[in-house]
Amino acid sequence: MALLKSSKIISTVGVHPPLGVLSIRASSWWSEVQMGPPDPILGVSEAYKRDTNSKKINLGVGAYRDDQGKPYVLSCVRKAEAQIAAKKLDKEYLAIGGLGDFTKACAKLALGDDNEVIKSGRNITVQTISGTGSLRIGANFLSRFHTEARDVYLPKPSWGNHTPIFKDAGMQLKAYTYYDPKTCGFDFQGALNDISKIPEKSVIMLHACAHNPTGVDPRPEQWKEIADLVKKRNLLVFFDMAYQGFASGDIDRDAWAVRYFIEQGHNIVLSQSFAKNMGLYGERVGGFTVVCKDAEEANRVESQLKILIRPIYSNPPMNGARIAATILNTPDLYKEWLGEVHGMANRIITMRELLVANLKKEGSTRNWKHVIDQIGMFCFTGLKPEQVERLTKEFSVYMTKDGRISMAGVTSGNVGYLAQGIHAVTK
Amino acid sequence: MSLFGEVPQATPVAVFKLSNDFKEDANPKKVNLGVGAYRTDEGQPWVLPVVKKVEKIIVADNSLNHEYLAILGLPEFRSSASKIALGEDSPAIQENRVGAVQCLGGTGALKMGAEFLRRWYNGNDNTKTPVYVSAPTWENHNAVFSNAGFEDIRPYKYWDAEKRGLDLDGFLGDLESAPKHSIFVLHACAHNPTGTDPTHVEWMQVAEVMKRRKLFVFFDSAYQGFASGCLDKDAWAVRYFVTQGFEMFCAQSFSKNFGLYNERVGNLTIVARDSDNLKRVLSQMEKIVRVTWSNPPSQGARLVAITLNTPELFAEWKDNVKTMADRVLLMRASLQAKLQALETPGTWDHITQQIGMFSFTGLNPKQVEYMIKERSIYLMASGRINMCGLTTKNIDYVAESIHETVVNVQ
Repeated sequence: MALLKSSKIISTVGVHPPLGVLSIRASSWWSEVQMGPPDPILGVSEAYKRDTNSKKINLGVGAYRDDQGKPYVLSCVRKAEAQIAAKKLDKEYLAIGGLGDFTKACAKLALGDDNEVIKSGRNITVQTISGTGSLRIGANFLSRFHTEARDVYLPKPSWGNHTPIFKDAGMQLKAYTYYDPKTCGFDFQGALNDISKIPEKSVIMLHACAHNPTGVDPRPEQWKEIADLVKKRNLLVFFDMAYQGFASGDIDRDAWAVRYFIEQGHNIVLSQSFAKNMGLYGERVGGFTVVCKDAEEANRVESQLKILIRPIYSNPPMNGARIAATILNTPDLYKEWLGEVHGMANRIITMRELLVANLKKEGSTRNWKHVIDQIGMFCFTGLKPEQVERLTKEFSVYMTKDGRISMAGVTSGNVGYLAQGIHAVTK
Repeated sequence: MSLFGEVPQATPVAVFKLSNDFKEDANPKKVNLGVGAYRTDEGQPWVLPVVKKVEKIIVADNSLNHEYLAILGLPEFRSSASKIALGEDSPAIQENRVGAVQCLGGTGALKMGAEFLRRWYNGNDNTKTPVYVSAPTWENHNAVFSNAGFEDIRPYKYWDAEKRGLDLDGFLGDLESAPKHSIFVLHACAHNPTGTDPTHVEWMQVAEVMKRRKLFVFFDSAYQGFASGCLDKDAWAVRYFVTQGFEMFCAQSFSKNFGLYNERVGNLTIVARDSDNLKRVLSQMEKIVRVTWSNPPSQGARLVAITLNTPELFAEWKDNVKTMADRVLLMRASLQAKLQALETPGTWDHITQQIGMFSFTGLNPKQVEYMIKERSIYLMASGRINMCGLTTKNIDYVAESIHETVVNVQ
C-alpha cells in the first residue's frame, strides 16, 4: 500500500536519478510516517525566534536569564571548568552508573550530608541524562520491576513531558487534583480527596519544590498531611526535584519535603536535575536515586539499573557531571554556588513583585497575589488560551497555552511592557 | 516489606567485569586485552592532540554557554558528521535527503534508530519484524533492539570459525531466506568482535540481495578511520549502499576515532528517499528523543563540529586517527611475526588479515580461562583481544603466553 502511494512522489521532487536506481526511488519506507506535532514547550521558543518584533518576549522554556535577558553561566561553573582543564584528565568511559564523585555528592545534596539513608548505604544513585533521562530510567525501572501496579498518578497539571515519558515506558497515567484555577493556588482538600482514593501500591509523582507549571507548592503542614495519607494508602512515591535551590534560594529548604518523606519511612525514588540550579542545561547533568530497604537491596537495584541504562546509551557524559562534582566537592566553589543560586532565585522573586506592581500601575483590578505566592521559575498566570493567543499575536509575548510564563524571561527592562500586554488582554 | 524485595541481582556486563578483575589482579605482568579503548605504546589512554587544542579554544570562547541544544542536537555537528560518513560530495546530501540526529555515542544512535524502526518502519508496530545481527556481534546489539521492543532478534551467519574468516555463503544464504523487510545490522568496517570485513566484491553481493529482498540496511559505524587509517576507505561500504539507492540508517560513534569515549558523541545519519520523507522522519525522531533524554550533551558535539569544520584542525585530526590506526597495524604485524617465529601450532594469518581494534584469536573458552588465570592476560571468553592492549613492552609476553596456552590447553 505504502509503496503504491509514494510512487507519485518521484514526479514532484525535481531529481533525476541514474537509470538503474529508478525503480527503487519510486517508493519510500517512510511514506506513512506522519508529521509529528511540534513540542508544545520547545515549539514556543521556535516561534519566538521567527518573530521580528523588537519588543518580543520569550516566556516559554524554563531556562534562566539574567536581567539583560541573557543566558547566565555561573561563575562557580567557569571556575570549576578552569580547574578541570588544568588537571588534564583522560576521556575514558565512565562506569554505567556514572561518575562516583558526582553521584555521591548528588545524593548528599538532596538528602542532606548526615542522612541515615546515605550512611547506611541503602540508596543507589546513578548519574543520568539530566532530569528527563532520570525520569525515563525511573519509569523504565518501575515498569520492569514494580509489577503490582501500572498506574502513575501525576498532579493536575504536571510538566508536559511527564506523560509521554511514562507512557513510552509502558506505565499508565492518571491524575490527582492539585491546582485550583479559582484561587490560582493549591487545592489541598481536592488533592487529599483524590489521593485517598488511589489504589494501593500505585506510583504517585510529587514535585519536590517549585511545581512545574503552576509554581504552587504545598506548605510544610500540608506536606505532612500528604505524607501521612500517602503512607496510609501504601503508595510508591516518585519525587521530581528539578529546582533544588532555585525555588526559595535555599537548598535545604527546597529539599525539605523529600527529606521529610524519607524520615517518615517512605522509600522513595527521586529524580534530580542540575540544568537550572547550576545552569548546566546542555551538559545534561542529573541523578536518579532509589531509597532501598538496606544496602543489599541497593546492590541488587543498582545491578538492574545498569542493565536498563546500557542498551540506551551505555554510560553517561562526563563533562557536566565533572563540573557539578567539582562544585559540590570544593568548599569555596560550593559556597559560591549557594550564593549564585540564591541570586537567581532572588531575581525571580523580585520580578514577581515588579510584575504585580506594574499590573496595578496599569490599572488592573484583578487579584494578582498568586504571582507572588507562587514559587520558582514558573507562574501560572490564570490566563485563558484565547488571552494567551492575543498576548502572543498582538504583543509578541511567547508563552505556553496553559497560561504558564517563565519568570526567568522577565527583566526590569521588559516587565512594564509585559504588564501592559497582560492587562490589555485581561481587562 | 520492600517494594523491591523481589528484584534479582543482575549478572554484570561481561566486558566491564573483565576490566574490574584486571584491576584487582596483583600480577605485575598482567595485560588487559579486554575493553575496546585505544591505548598508547605506554599502555595509557590517549587524548588526541587536536582534542586538547579544541578544548582550549572552547574554554577561551566567552561567547559560548551551556544552554540546551535543539532536540536533534547541534546542527553543525550533525551535518559535518554525516558528511564524514557519506562523503563531502555525496549526491544524497546534495539532494537534501540526508538528515541526522545527534545521539549519546554509537549506542544512543543505535537506540534512536531502533526505536524509530519499531514505531514506523513497516506499519506502526514492528515488534515482530525480525532484526538480524551478525554471529557474533557486539554484545550490546541484542539488548538495544530488544529493549526497543523488537521480539525477534536473530543471528546471521558471519564468522567461520574453521577458516577464521567471513562465512560469505552463510551470510548470503541468511539474506536470501530472511523474511522480506527484515532489518539487518551491518558493521561498516572493523567488525566487532571478529575484525573480519567483507571485501568490496562481497559487499556488492550483500547489497544486491538486500535490494532484491527489500531488507532494511542499518549500518553500525564505530571505527571509521580507525580501521585502515583512512576515513574514505573505511566508509566504502556505507557509501556504496547509498549509491545503490537504499533508504538506510548509519549509527556513527566518535568515541574511538576522536577518543571522546566519555563525552558520548554519536550521530544517527538518515538517508531517505527525498526531503519530504526526511522531514517527517526527523519530526518523529524528535518525539522519541524528547521522552528519552530531551536533548543531547553539548560539549563533545561542539568539539567534533569545530574540528571537522576547521580545515587545519580537520587535517590534524585525520593525522591523529592515522597514528592510532598505524600503531594497531604494527601490533598486528608484530604479534603475527612472533607467533610464527615461535612456531605456535595453527595458522596466524588472520591476525594481520583482520582489521580494526579487535582480533578474534581463535582461542577457545578453556584457553581463554588459562590465559586469564595462569598468565594474567585478560581477554573476552570469545577469544577476542583488543590490539590496543598490546605494546612493544608486553608483546613478547603475550605471544609466549598464547604459544604456551595453545600447546598445553585444548
